Amino acid sequence: MTVTDVHKDPQTRTMTITAEFDVPVERAWQLWSDPRQLERWWGPPTYPATFVEHDLRPGGLVTYFMTGPGGDRSRGLWHVREVQPPRLLVVEDAFADDEGRQSEQMPVTLMRVELADREGGGTRVRIASIFPSVEAMEQLIEMGMEEGMRLAMGQMDAILVD
Amino acid sequence: MHAHEMPDAEVDRLFHALADATRRDIVRRVMHADCSISELARGYAMSMTAVQKHVSVLQEAGLVAKRRQGREQRVAGRLDAVERAQHQLERLEQIWRDRFDRMGTVLSEPAAGGVA
Repeated sequence: MTVTDVHKDPQTRTMTITAEFDVPVERAWQLWSDPRQLERWWGPPTYPATFVEHDLRPGGLVTYFMTGPGGDRSRGLWHVREVQPPRLLVVEDAFADDEGRQSEQMPVTLMRVELADREGGGTRVRIASIFPSVEAMEQLIEMGMEEGMRLAMGQMDAILVD
Repeated sequence: MHAHEMPDAEVDRLFHALADATRRDIVRRVMHADCSISELARGYAMSMTAVQKHVSVLQEAGLVAKRRQGREQRVAGRLDAVERAQHQLERLEQIWRDRFDRMGTVLSEPAAGGVA
């Protein structure tokens, strides 16, 4: 596995990351289509995921929970928007409450998974995560960076002068 | 997008708090220097109550802290929280790098599930 590209784009609220694997597209697709394989990589070892429902069809629902070291559980669900096996999967990834209902307060992230043949064999997997609000993402980047901080301070000074 | 070093609810509060232009501006101002609620309200042509509400959202997200000084409440920025927020973006990248690593492990094993 090699990560070949990472792109964080505040304009389109997207983080895109691409990796290459030495297996055919059909094999890589099973990482998503088989819930038992999916749960082996979705959560970190400290928070392994268990997928409960797994209806990978447009309009279908995928539900899962992740179990922490103390037995605490966080629940999530996917609303499946697009599926074109073995190359495309688009889901809305949401948080759920203890009863498995989608949380109203939590942001929904759009996740787009694209699998493509790599020249000379293998699969290129491209994941795009799209954030719920451009303002939130821009601001996170702007305010966190040192240059952004200075810029923000300059804007603040301008406000005070007004 | 499950960042587990920081609880999900906390991440969500940060995103929600920063999704509003006035609240972002309040954060900028109080990061620079403490402000009272009334000073903030003057800057936004907004009622004290409205500003209070914004400050409460920011406070719940851990972006600002309130402290009492005499009869006045001062609002101060919490730089550590902003740095943590920015860190989330890098963490999202790391989450996917880790996931790719684990995918690689799964794919390196003999095909599972084919034999009953």
